[in-house]
Amino acid sequence: MYNSPFLRQKTSVRRVMTTVLVAMLPGIIVHVWLFGIGLLLQIAIASAAALACEAGMLALRRRPVARALGDGSALVTAWLIAVCLPPLLPWWMTVLGTSFALVIGKHLYGGLGQNPFNPAMLAYCLLIVSFPALMSQWPGMQGSDAATQLHWVLGGERALDAVTGATPLDALRTGLRGAADVDTVLQSPVFGFVAGAGWEWVALAWAAGGLLLLALRIITWHIPAAFLGTLAAVAGIAWLIDPSQFASPAFHLFAGGSMLAAFFIATDPVSGATTPRGKLVFAAGIALIAWLIRAFGAFPDGIAFAVLLMNICVPLIDIRTQPPVFGHKNGDAP
Amino acid sequence: MFGKLFSFNGGVKPDPSKADSTREPIARLPLPPQLVVPLHQHIGGTPRPLVRPGDAVLRGQRIGAADGNVSSAVHAPTSGRVVAIEPRLMPHASGLSSLAVVIEPDGQDHRAEREYFDWHAASPGEVRDFLRDAGVVGLGGAVFPSHLKLTPGKQGQTDTLILNGAECEPFITCDDMLMRAEAEGILRGALIMKRLLAARQVLVGIEDNKPLAAAALKAAALALGDAALEIVVIPTRYPAGGAKQLIRVLTGIEVPHGSRSTDYGVQCFNVATSLAIWRALEQGEPLTRRIVTVAGNVERPRNFDVAIGTPISHLFDAAGLRPDTDKLIMGGPMMGIPLPGIEAPVVKAMNCLLASSPTLFPPPEAEQPCIRCGECARACPADLQPFELYWHSRARNFGRAQEYHLFDCIECGCCAYVCPSHIPLVDYYRYAKSEIWAREREKDAADSARERFEFRNWRAEREKEEKAAKLAARAAAKPAAKPAAAGAAAAPTSMADDPKKALIEAAMARAKAQKEAVEAKNTGSLTTAQQAQIDATEARRARAAELADGDKPE
Amino acid sequence: MIEALLVMAGLALALGAALGAASVLFRTQGDPLVDKIDAILPQTQCGQCGYPGCKPYATAIAGGDADINQCPPGGDEGVRKLADLLGREYKPLNAEHGVEKEKAVAFIDEATCIGCTLCIQACPVDAIVGAAKQMHTIVADLCTGCELCIAPCPADCITMETVTETLDSWKWRYPVFELKVEPLQVSAQPPAKEAA
Repeated sequence: MYNSPFLRQKTSVRRVMTTVLVAMLPGIIVHVWLFGIGLLLQIAIASAAALACEAGMLALRRRPVARALGDGSALVTAWLIAVCLPPLLPWWMTVLGTSFALVIGKHLYGGLGQNPFNPAMLAYCLLIVSFPALMSQWPGMQGSDAATQLHWVLGGERALDAVTGATPLDALRTGLRGAADVDTVLQSPVFGFVAGAGWEWVALAWAAGGLLLLALRIITWHIPAAFLGTLAAVAGIAWLIDPSQFASPAFHLFAGGSMLAAFFIATDPVSGATTPRGKLVFAAGIALIAWLIRAFGAFPDGIAFAVLLMNICVPLIDIRTQPPVFGHKNGDAP
Repeated sequence: MFGKLFSFNGGVKPDPSKADSTREPIARLPLPPQLVVPLHQHIGGTPRPLVRPGDAVLRGQRIGAADGNVSSAVHAPTSGRVVAIEPRLMPHASGLSSLAVVIEPDGQDHRAEREYFDWHAASPGEVRDFLRDAGVVGLGGAVFPSHLKLTPGKQGQTDTLILNGAECEPFITCDDMLMRAEAEGILRGALIMKRLLAARQVLVGIEDNKPLAAAALKAAALALGDAALEIVVIPTRYPAGGAKQLIRVLTGIEVPHGSRSTDYGVQCFNVATSLAIWRALEQGEPLTRRIVTVAGNVERPRNFDVAIGTPISHLFDAAGLRPDTDKLIMGGPMMGIPLPGIEAPVVKAMNCLLASSPTLFPPPEAEQPCIRCGECARACPADLQPFELYWHSRARNFGRAQEYHLFDCIECGCCAYVCPSHIPLVDYYRYAKSEIWAREREKDAADSARERFEFRNWRAEREKEEKAAKLAARAAAKPAAKPAAAGAAAAPTSMADDPKKALIEAAMARAKAQKEAVEAKNTGSLTTAQQAQIDATEARRARAAELADGDKPE
Repeated sequence: MIEALLVMAGLALALGAALGAASVLFRTQGDPLVDKIDAILPQTQCGQCGYPGCKPYATAIAGGDADINQCPPGGDEGVRKLADLLGREYKPLNAEHGVEKEKAVAFIDEATCIGCTLCIQACPVDAIVGAAKQMHTIVADLCTGCELCIAPCPADCITMETVTETLDSWKWRYPVFELKVEPLQVSAQPPAKEAA
């Protein structure tokens, strides 16, 4: 027996998740084009691990495995983990991170829809805290061929320095620690036009995918706009105060995971704020914390930590930002 | 054209599916062999039956009188004979029965004597009473007694009277067809209400997918030549026909839950209600018929003019129910309720009957976890956070659900319509609301029980004190007197100190003795019927005792 | 060192004084806990808990003399609410005090009633109308279903009638939430309920 409404829109969780995966394709393609096949290997490894963990946990929790597996949410988590990790990471680390995200970050909290933390960011944080050195080895452009990358990902002996280097954010941080100023550091060929050779193109591709999500109404404008706006604003203020010690807003917008976070990570509906004003606060908070960690923290990029910190605040943000209800917009009295 | 239109947030745009049932004009359905007229067809008190089985009734004769002011009368739709007054299956999701007057039409359709009523000369209070006794209630589906809505609000004056011809739900076309056919009567009804409410203007809101109805009304308005009448075509978006949403669209005013729109200077009536008011006041016709759309999985979707009390099977016979129908729905596909059976009668609230088939309205896919995507919040026309309501309702955390304004929800179904997880959101709200109402009823009952219990204890205390005082006084006056009830000392209980109880004991002993002497005659004079009843009771009791023994596990 | 000790001692004195003052200034009248417990109890006044009414039972719970699982009319939900309120472990209803039944009201078989007024005296909520040697009747809306009138009746004319659902009291059911894989059906058939 079921009740009204008897009409329903043709939509499903699977459809939403598939759209997100499709929107990630431009970023992935550009990334692979510029940096090699490593990312595809990571995606394959993470996907396999995520599906295995999801199926295992669903079976343990006595939930219908096939139906829940088909919703695509595990794949989205896996792909997000993969695109955040260095493409040449040994396979077991990817498996470790993905399993942690799915088992502890998602199913121990009650599965899809119940996790307070962004599972992908949990995986990233676990790995960067546990293996900081391996997590900061990124391949340069045209660094190595597919076979070599496959060899390394599968755990082969790594003669890495020749082909990997620090990310632009990492290089900037190390450079500034070495008492150089921003302009000097940015002379290095790693940095390309704005925020790192190759990186800026990948960031543009993420933004393109994100605009697709916006157009298809999977996400709303609030989180990307507030995130990018706040990041540009705080970076801009610091840069105006002391351009020799702080990178420009443009650098921050296109460096690291900024675009990815703005459109794909901070917009995770389950662990993020849900009210329109709450979304603005949530995303602005992430941007602010991420910039603080980039500028003053111990890690090159702070988005993952910023997301987790703001995840904790979500219930409070949601409660404090409830939109006014129909008829109650000017207080309750008529 | 009158100023600008406003807009409400949210809403959805399902396929209107209105073309099929508007091809043919309204058909007058012949009377069925039996009419089942429920007494309770509106919000408020259940009317008292005014007829008895066997009575002859005439068309328009009152058969149920309004119970108090928040109620409305019920009338016989045709002449005939009352064959029964008994509980019958209601068109209600519960599948429960309620008291109905069953009438067998005699085919003559004799009319009861017309009650001539000069509403122009009558006071507003008399007009309202007349409408209550004419059984006029809101025909848009809410069936709120109309006379109660014709009272000016706190400010004393209503600025705008709104006629609701939006009819936003898919498949329903009864108002559309009525506006095409009876435009003049509808507007005349509106002018009567305008006078009663002392309103400045009358706005008729019609969705732009009903151009013929809008044209008919515009022509009629022109003919009537009243400058205060305005036909306003509004964009089609569900639920623009919700009273609050329509008021918002036409005037920009948001009427919050729990307050009356008249307090904001607006009042809103369905177009069919307006016509019913005109018919009642100008023609002396009480409300005994209505237009019902029959659509969905039927051969000949159409609008029928039917007598209230007609079994819905009669309508589906006329429209040709297809064999693969899996359920019947009263109302539209967004807010309708599944009907418990085809024998339920047409009631004043019934604007549409839909036959559903698995291809027309496929059963919902399995419910999946909520991913908090916020689609529902974007679709909600009441600006609620439906997923929060869902979380709290599901967890039976009703207090929190109310904090998130559960009772502002109009159950329009937009949230469930867009939910990618296929959650039956509205079911959770209905469940939570009826659970909260039940708890309030329980709490009221408990509070009254507590109060009565405490009062009783206080009274017992007081009586004891009074008795003690009296005894003391008597003892002081006649120190030598013996207790009056000394004779009852035979009673073997310790209650001897309470003379009254002792008396009862004595009386009982006497009764027992008498009972033993005169076999089984425990009271003075019993009729045979009473004796039979006693015997039946005894038998029942014996059987109950047996069953109770039998049920014991060990 | 001395300074630290002094500071701590001073703080302790000041805060202690503040607490003492608060307990005098903001003393609450009555015992709100008893009222809170009483608000959860169903007010049936049936005495099945072993106390002469709901309020005395509430007082006994608050005083620690009675357990929270002695109220059959309040049922399982009542025990849960009490457990929540008092921060105690939930425990199933104590069968010694009776079992949870469907809500019922007393009904006097008017043909059998001898008009003895005993039930009127037994009724804790004054829900029975009648006078000596007159037929009695029960005001169903006020009856709490405590069954206290049944035992005193010398003519055994009072029965309990289960309250049936009406259109006004009908409730929407909890939506079916089928995510879990159904466990195997253990019992073949639920025990048959006797007809009313």
